[in-house]
Amino acid sequence: MLVIEKLRKNFGDRRAVKDISFSVGKGETVGLLGPNGAGKTTTIAMICGIAKADAGRVTLDGAAIAPESRALKQRVGLVPQDLALYEELSAWANIELFGGLYGVTGPLLEQRGTAALQLVGLADRRREAIKNFSGGMKRRVNIACALLHDPDLIVLDEPTVGVDPQSRNAIFENIETLKRQGKTLIYTTHYMEEAERLCDRLVIMDRGEIVANDTIAGLYAQLPVRRDAVIELSGNGANEALIQELAARFGTQFQVQQRGAKLDDVFMRLTGHALRDASDTGESP
Amino acid sequence: MNGNAIAALIRNDIRLYLSDRRAMVVGILVPILIAAFFGYVFGGLGSKKEAGKIPVAMVDEDQSAVSRAIVQDLQLDSMLSLQPLARAAAEDKVRAGAIDAAVILPRGFGEQSTRALFTGDNKSVIELLVDPSKATSAQVVQGLLAQHAMQQISKEAFGGAGGARTMDDFLGTLGEPKAGESADRTELRELLRSARRWNSRNAAGTAAPATGTANNSASAGLSIPYTVSSRAMTARNDVPYNGYAHSFAGMSVQFILFAGIDAGVLLLLLRGRGIWQRIRSAPLHKAQFLFARATATMLISLFMLTAVYAVAMLVFGVRIDGSLPGFIAIAIAFCLLNACFGLMLATLGKSAPTARGLATMAVLLLVMLGGAWVPSFVFPGWLQQLSRLSPARWAVDGFDGMTWRGLPFDAAVMPTVVLLGSALLCLVIAIWRFRWEE
Repeated sequence: MLVIEKLRKNFGDRRAVKDISFSVGKGETVGLLGPNGAGKTTTIAMICGIAKADAGRVTLDGAAIAPESRALKQRVGLVPQDLALYEELSAWANIELFGGLYGVTGPLLEQRGTAALQLVGLADRRREAIKNFSGGMKRRVNIACALLHDPDLIVLDEPTVGVDPQSRNAIFENIETLKRQGKTLIYTTHYMEEAERLCDRLVIMDRGEIVANDTIAGLYAQLPVRRDAVIELSGNGANEALIQELAARFGTQFQVQQRGAKLDDVFMRLTGHALRDASDTGESP
Repeated sequence: MNGNAIAALIRNDIRLYLSDRRAMVVGILVPILIAAFFGYVFGGLGSKKEAGKIPVAMVDEDQSAVSRAIVQDLQLDSMLSLQPLARAAAEDKVRAGAIDAAVILPRGFGEQSTRALFTGDNKSVIELLVDPSKATSAQVVQGLLAQHAMQQISKEAFGGAGGARTMDDFLGTLGEPKAGESADRTELRELLRSARRWNSRNAAGTAAPATGTANNSASAGLSIPYTVSSRAMTARNDVPYNGYAHSFAGMSVQFILFAGIDAGVLLLLLRGRGIWQRIRSAPLHKAQFLFARATATMLISLFMLTAVYAVAMLVFGVRIDGSLPGFIAIAIAFCLLNACFGLMLATLGKSAPTARGLATMAVLLLVMLGGAWVPSFVFPGWLQQLSRLSPARWAVDGFDGMTWRGLPFDAAVMPTVVLLGSALLCLVIAIWRFRWEE
């Protein structure tokens, strides 16, 4: 459905996205992961027709998406990382604005707006000003506003930033509902458990390049299974000599607890441990 | 054209404006209060208002009949508030700005000035101490002093003891008639003798009116031989000038331009927010977005203008005595200019604080040149010509023309054309420089 081919974006001398290619199948949920400054947001901006690529192209069912391709934009819904809401206005006023931008008005807006608010559990709060909502509720309205034109492709840029666990779980359920409805989703996040729960496949970016593109099982397979021995000792004086003595004495009876690798381990192995800021890595803020 | 998107953007901008009721009320109330103040100061509701008196100190070092009479006349003058003081106190007060000017009548002033009326030399010197920041007051005082001094000095010359002494001195100088003297000398002697006899009768209170009316007699002194009947050329003869009409025009223009700045700055701020990404990801063309923004700002400006003028009419008696269609044409053209000005600001500004600061300075300059704060007639000639480059002046003059001046629609055409032309210029710059692509 969505094909990204050799996509490139420069900001001055800095290359934020370096000729990346990947695709997203219809109904698939692809996680776009990477540390800060990896190039995720710039890639999303090009997918949504906000930014123009310096090279390469993004196609949706074969047609190229660009800032001027308004018909294709009608098929894409964006949930920006920053709250894209007028907080002074009510939830419904925001629904009316963002529906109107896509030509959704009148009874159709009433139907879709109500459905979107129901999906995020806020249908009964439609007349309240956004500024009175909690962080989690705002995030949910932010998602609802992207669904009004019934897009085929929904791009969610870190939709759970700064929300409490309950709201995050509610957002997960919203997204899972969208998956069941057959929507194609691109999901960016820093949280590995989110990607693990929601995504069928992960594209991991670093320094503007794709460093991995695989299913979660495939990514796990990139790491050797590691076995950790947990030795429970009571009292003081436990040391290496003691452990060797216990192993020699008890042999196979020695208790060894096995722990599987986690997706965090895959991520950290691929992108490294060092803390990096956006200015170090070439992506625009 | 995506009409639904444009309508949604316009409706949203108006909702945002209306959502902050307090800011909306303040935005309308502030120009009303300032316009009310300036309107009151510069004329209020016309003839009923008493003009402010000029505070002046009077130092009479002469204490003669002439100087005392001049002081008395000046005290009765409705334009002055006279305060008798000693020289040192008067100097201190003028220097401190407590009074606008001080008049010092020197010792010997009465006698010296009466004599100078006949001889033309050895004139007495009146000192006028002025506050340089109140030059207009000094000119008024000088004019009134000349009027009252001339009246009292001539009165003394033709009916007082000083005048009699001066004429006796002259007659003594001329001596008795001699054979072969010039005809001029003989006629001058006769003239002085006649004047001296008349002076004696004036002193005794038996002089007949010179021209048939007592008021014109020289015994009352020389007075200005005419009166001036001034007539305010307002919309109609029976309508007095309403100072509020001009001040409301000026303040409306200024504060609506400020609202235009706000609209531009909001657009600049929008760029850094998620809303901008969502708008940019929508199937919307740059021209549609700019059109919607301009239309919303224009409608909000029209609403503000209507609200301010409604109060001006209901409370301050401002009336559209000229062409109503002309007033509406100027109002729409000005509000359109304001909308395009806001857009231009959003395209040229690098950051919101910088844009706001520069635009505020530009607006204040435009409205000051436009005569919104200080009437443009006080400007030097070159500045008055320069002020015609300010769209604010065309707007203020246009509103003045359609309100208290009572001009016809024809007079609204030029201001409307200039305002629309300025709007077009701002719009072209806005479209040219607007960064739609990231």
